[in-house]
Amino acid sequence: MVPMTLASAIATGDLAQLPSRRDEDWRWTDLRGLIRALPPASPQGRAWLWENPLSGQLDMTVGTVNGRGHTDLDVAAGDERFVGWRFMSATPGTSNQAELWVDVAAGAKLTLIESYEGRGAGYLTDVAVNIKIADGGSMERIIFAEDDAEGISVSTADVTLAPGASFAQTILTSGARRQRIETRVTHPGQGASVRLDGVYLLRDQRHADLTTVVTHGGLEGTTTQLTKGVVRDQARGVFQGRIVVERGADQTDARMGHHALILSDRAEVDAKPELLIFADDVQCAHGNTIGALDESAIFYARQRGMPQAVARAMLTEAFVGEVVDRIEHEGARDVARAWVSAQLGTAT
Amino acid sequence: MTAMLSITNLHATVGDKPILKGLTLDVPAGEVHAIMGPNGAGKSTLGYVLTGRPGYEVTGGSATLDGQDLFALAPDERSAKGMFLSFQYPLEIPGVPALTFIRTALNAQRKARGEDEIAAPAFLKMAREKAAALKIDFEMLKRGLNVGFSGGEKKRMEIFQMAMLEPRFLILDETDSGLDIDALRIVSDGVNAMRSAERAMLVITHYQRLLDYIKPDRVHVLSGGKIVASGGPELAHQLEAEGYDKYVQVAA
Ligand SMILES: Nc1ncnc2c1ncn2[C@@H]1O[C@H](COP(=O)(O)OP(=O)(O)OP(=O)(O)O)[C@@H](O)[C@H]1O
Ligand SMILES: [Mg+2]
Repeated sequence: MVPMTLASAIATGDLAQLPSRRDEDWRWTDLRGLIRALPPASPQGRAWLWENPLSGQLDMTVGTVNGRGHTDLDVAAGDERFVGWRFMSATPGTSNQAELWVDVAAGAKLTLIESYEGRGAGYLTDVAVNIKIADGGSMERIIFAEDDAEGISVSTADVTLAPGASFAQTILTSGARRQRIETRVTHPGQGASVRLDGVYLLRDQRHADLTTVVTHGGLEGTTTQLTKGVVRDQARGVFQGRIVVERGADQTDARMGHHALILSDRAEVDAKPELLIFADDVQCAHGNTIGALDESAIFYARQRGMPQAVARAMLTEAFVGEVVDRIEHEGARDVARAWVSAQLGTAT
Repeated sequence: MTAMLSITNLHATVGDKPILKGLTLDVPAGEVHAIMGPNGAGKSTLGYVLTGRPGYEVTGGSATLDGQDLFALAPDERSAKGMFLSFQYPLEIPGVPALTFIRTALNAQRKARGEDEIAAPAFLKMAREKAAALKIDFEMLKRGLNVGFSGGEKKRMEIFQMAMLEPRFLILDETDSGLDIDALRIVSDGVNAMRSAERAMLVITHYQRLLDYIKPDRVHVLSGGKIVASGGPELAHQLEAEGYDKYVQVAA
């Protein structure tokens, strides 16, 4: 059966292709019940110049406006690249799709800053990213998802690693009307390593779904995951993390953590961490906590002079900071830190 | 003239349980008063009530700082007026370096008082000096506040914060517990350096030894939620020798 996806619905114009809450993996991110009609295709867009704190450092920036077909990003053996890729939805009330194929050759290194930018309300966008990393190649992927409050956005990445390859990812999102960022990793073990991190900071009625599936198929693979979320108002965060350790993938070391702060009575977080283990002698663990800020820490900070709002913002930023600190690329880490401050309103 | 800190017939509950039951105490500016008393007497509760910890409810009486009603102010407003509590059990704040925490607190206090923020170089210079005086490794100030610190290191960090924030009324809740002999002297020197005619202190302790270093003007016994005896420094020696037996009976 061909899986139902937003992409196939956009391509065929068939609403019945949309995933619905009856699909187990989509139960918290229902599209079928939300989308009453498929909007017309977005007109062809034109990229515009872009300045951001990384502009001076990036080797190359590509803007994909209102979607387009398949584009390639190849990093040749031994090369090191720092690339920005912006997916922009610029026309309200339209739908678009884009595909990016990334090929990191043996011994090559890629840092990819990927952004989803909503520049118009009420769009539908689907981005498919296909990533292949050869032996000794490494990639760090940092996603800034800044969709419109009324946008509907799905991004799905399929990542295939060769033995000895490494893949690290950090997603930073402020959500959308409905948003899903999914990452599926085929992990061969044998010296390959994976880090999958995420931060969701949601307000108003925004929704973000961070879904990951890592399938360990070979010996001695490592995976580490840390996702943190902060939800307020009537926002909703979803975390689905599945780690599969197949028969024979012995000595796998996989660790997954998801921790969320709920800062309002009407906000919601749904989490489903899953470890499916069919191998022997593995080290797998997951931790999942959902709670509020520590009231005694708030009092401690207030006793030292911080007003309530300052204390809460400081503690919230520190909570998320643990994930941001794991970003390896220094310039990207600084931008991520600034992004978090801006979202939390703690920027000075 | 009223004392700098003046507490009259204070009643307070914690989780609906009455803990302070008519406590009266005056601490004039320039003086150091010690509070001693059995476990569970309400000493830490007094510190929390004076600094406004949520869950500690004032059910009667009053407390003023420089004649101003403390209970009308939020915890951070009391802090900006100069109230400082050195916690019996300081908290760990992961992800917030001590320097960031203290600078945020100091600037918040300054803002509340209508003063300018402290410039970063001036702040760092001050931090280096005060850390050196308290024999705190400056690198420790760049790590998450108190995270993984030993009990004694946390107490030293409390005194460092106090030295940086320069409060006017200091409450030290068992600052001596967990300190080794050298640390006790270093911390006491830090506290004594802050003694001045414009400041006052409440020093809560179980051990007379601390009072050899920080010499009190008055010593009070808190038992059963009240001050049941007051005297000069000799009262601490007497308690050390005789224990609290007779005061526990008085309170009951
Ligand atoms: N949340 C709470 N609910 C109910 N009772 C509480 C609560 N917190 C503290 N108490 C009680 O209040 C009383 C006073 O506690 P407090 O911590 O003030 O004592 P203390 O004099 O500081 O003792 P110590 O010398 O052991 O530090 C104790 O009996 C304690 O059990
Ligand atoms: Mg106590």
